[in-house]
Amino acid sequence: MTELLRLEKIRKTFPGVLANDNVDLVIEQGEIHALLGENGAGKTTLMNCVYGVYRPDSGKIIWKGKEVTIHQARDAIALGIGMVHQHFKLVPPLTVAENVVLGLPSKREPFLDLVAVEKEILETTKRYGLDVDPKAQIWQLPVGVQQRVEILKALYRQAELLILDEPTAVLTPGEVEELFEVLRSLTKQGLSIIFITHKLEEVMDVCDRVTVLRDGCVVHTVNKTETNTRELARMMVGREVFLKVDKPDLIPGEVVLEVQDLSALDNRGLPAVKNVSFTIRRNEILGVAGVDGNGQTELADVIAGMRKATSGKVVIRGSDVTNLSPLDIIKKSVAYIPPDRQHTGLLLDFTLTENLIGKSYYRPPFSKHGVFQKKVINEFSSKAIRDYDVRTPGPELKAKLLSGGNQQKVVLARELSGQPDLVIASQPTRGLDIGATEYVRTRMVEARNRGAALLLISTELEEVLSLSDRIAVMYEGEIMGIVPGKDADIHEIGEMMAGVRRVGDRTANAGKTEVVKVS
Amino acid sequence: MLLDQLASVLLNTEFYVAIVRMTTPLLLAAMGSILAERAGVVTFSMEAMMLMGTIGGIIGSGVTNNVWMGVLLAMIFGMIIGLIYAVVAVSIGSHQIVTSVGLNLGALGLSAVLYALTFTRGGEIIQTVIKVPSLPFWKVPLLGDIPFLGPVFFNHLPMVYLGYLIVPLVWFILFKTTWGLKVRAVGEHPHAADTVGISVAKVRYAALLFAGALNGLSGAYISIGMLNSYMENMTAGRGFIAYTAIVFGKWQPINVALGTLLFGAADALQLRVLALNIGIPYQFLVMFPYVVTMIALISVVGRASWPAASGLPFKREEG
Ligand SMILES: Nc1ncnc2c1ncn2[C@@H]1O[C@H](COP(=O)(O)OP(=O)(O)O)[C@@H](O)[C@H]1O
Ligand SMILES: [Mg+2]
Repeated sequence: MTELLRLEKIRKTFPGVLANDNVDLVIEQGEIHALLGENGAGKTTLMNCVYGVYRPDSGKIIWKGKEVTIHQARDAIALGIGMVHQHFKLVPPLTVAENVVLGLPSKREPFLDLVAVEKEILETTKRYGLDVDPKAQIWQLPVGVQQRVEILKALYRQAELLILDEPTAVLTPGEVEELFEVLRSLTKQGLSIIFITHKLEEVMDVCDRVTVLRDGCVVHTVNKTETNTRELARMMVGREVFLKVDKPDLIPGEVVLEVQDLSALDNRGLPAVKNVSFTIRRNEILGVAGVDGNGQTELADVIAGMRKATSGKVVIRGSDVTNLSPLDIIKKSVAYIPPDRQHTGLLLDFTLTENLIGKSYYRPPFSKHGVFQKKVINEFSSKAIRDYDVRTPGPELKAKLLSGGNQQKVVLARELSGQPDLVIASQPTRGLDIGATEYVRTRMVEARNRGAALLLISTELEEVLSLSDRIAVMYEGEIMGIVPGKDADIHEIGEMMAGVRRVGDRTANAGKTEVVKVS
Repeated sequence: MLLDQLASVLLNTEFYVAIVRMTTPLLLAAMGSILAERAGVVTFSMEAMMLMGTIGGIIGSGVTNNVWMGVLLAMIFGMIIGLIYAVVAVSIGSHQIVTSVGLNLGALGLSAVLYALTFTRGGEIIQTVIKVPSLPFWKVPLLGDIPFLGPVFFNHLPMVYLGYLIVPLVWFILFKTTWGLKVRAVGEHPHAADTVGISVAKVRYAALLFAGALNGLSGAYISIGMLNSYMENMTAGRGFIAYTAIVFGKWQPINVALGTLLFGAADALQLRVLALNIGIPYQFLVMFPYVVTMIALISVVGRASWPAASGLPFKREEG
């Protein structure tokens, strides 16, 4: 094998953050090389240095044996490096062909030559098994196909190295398989691929070699055949990890949340939630699986009172709360862990204490006759920080100065310390490292064991599978099916996520015998 | 009675001649700005470009005694506004509407000052604008002699013919050239355009200079063509009406052209009815085109889909 790319001692800092330190990496021709690491390990930053988005502070990039400087993406493209970012860089109203040729001179300059381009695209798609219609507009295409357009764009620019940043995060299990097929056929034609991920199974599935990154440094580079997921996890986290949360079997109690034929619109005014119905009981976690953007966020928003339902009903412990204000819903003993702790979850410029009492500051014991009870508040805040293991120099720190994991702990402390009856958790572990993820999951199972009903929305299928008592799958705003969490068939769930299978509510009869109505 | 008079207006060839005449400045301006709009720059400063065009035209023509120098200077003045706007809105990244409002007010004052400096000394008029050479009518041979169609379409100032050509031209640039593709990409997703090596700033500068040239030309058409005189604020808000036509036409060249035709027709109708002197207070008639503009805008607003990056300055995430 010949060496294609070599990185030597790459170092990149952001103000106050050492994102990459002393990174060495060698990519051989024709290999799929995994770049494995937790969120924040510096994977994206490293690749952005190679692609010219960032300039490394120091270190060398050697391409085909020659040292190169890459000032901007254009330089990388000219060398033969293509990158598919986590957020696609496609122009939605333009066609596939237009996106592919964007920025390239045409053969009939200054005129476009789209007919010829469309033909070339079709040839390329045939060669690599990428199925794309060059005339389609980007916005009409599912995410999986958009990703293929990004790959196509790189191939059209004669890329010899393709960098994919967490390409599977937006895909259904079926689409992941298709992507892997494409990647394999690409390497057969001599391309090299850098595959960024934090999912161990994917490494074992498709990659030839793995480089593990932790805290900006390379831990190790190994051949896949000489390692296993357990060892990789240890290298990635730096200690043994147990992601399986112990969950005792409990018999679900009374119905806490009942959602009937609920519909709602998204921010653009298009239907996002369509006639959704389900119930959740005490001691039960209902997981909602689905590819991001299929109405899960909007569903959570409606239940929490942050978005209007256009029809249908939300009933909490027997009383109709449809379209009440968020405050009225909070008063029904509802906790909400929003998907974006930075915007909705926390007031970043407020202190931890202020954030911790953010939902109850106006009532006793925190305030009396409109005056804050400083002593009570401080005691509460110190206790919450202790109980929820928030790593901070003090309670008066501004929330924005905490790491993501600790920010999420503050959200959890605020939401769960009041012992709510209903917990709506939307993407509660998104962007967290394994340690913090473990912590958040344990806390949620604790809430369930205590008697709360939980609605868990997550695009990480693995998370839904490991925590849920029942699993609902959403696709384009509809629930394709609800199945028991125990021994769930991942294949079937994958098909529901892709919208090609509908099974209805298989759990409908469970526990129906003891419908209790309490209000 | 009133209907009879209205009918006499509508049956008169002069009405249709006036439509073409009144549409032209709107059409040139809107077609000039459509590319910049598509590139994600709000061209709310069209009024400024047109105002500078009116004064540029009269000065260029008056000082050199050559009307084509007036046309040239009008375009240069328009482009200068385009350039200033590009520096402030594209390079510095300031708020585009606010910047535009500043430019529009500034151009109003500046054009008056330039007029005073050129045509008066110590309050005395030293050169009357009436004597400034104005644009010639060009009658198209043969076509110009066809009854009705001839006078309506083929006996006009040169800019009118340019107006006929500019619509397909802009459409062609936008959809059939690599530069047009860049323009559309930059207006919808500048980051995507940036990563494939397109200079967002360059595209926006070029589009704004193009807008400046055509809006300036439109101003010249008004001062040294259509009215053959000069007065303060003589565009009378046509820059805003042309801007409205862009929104009304949803950034599609053909629809935008139809929008300018609608507003041009409203203007023409108002002029013809005014000429009849039928007792409708003239203030109401003058209001008419602006009311039509507002109704048209209300009817599409909410359904118009702006270029996604419209009005947003572009900054790389990190250099
Ligand atoms: N543009 C930026 N400005 C400041 N800090 C950044 C920036 N991009 C990334 N970081 C920080 O650099 C570290 C590595 O981030 P990143 O490369 O995105 O990690 P990964 O892709 O492995 O999840 C993180 O601590 C992150 O907060
Ligand atoms: Mg990343």
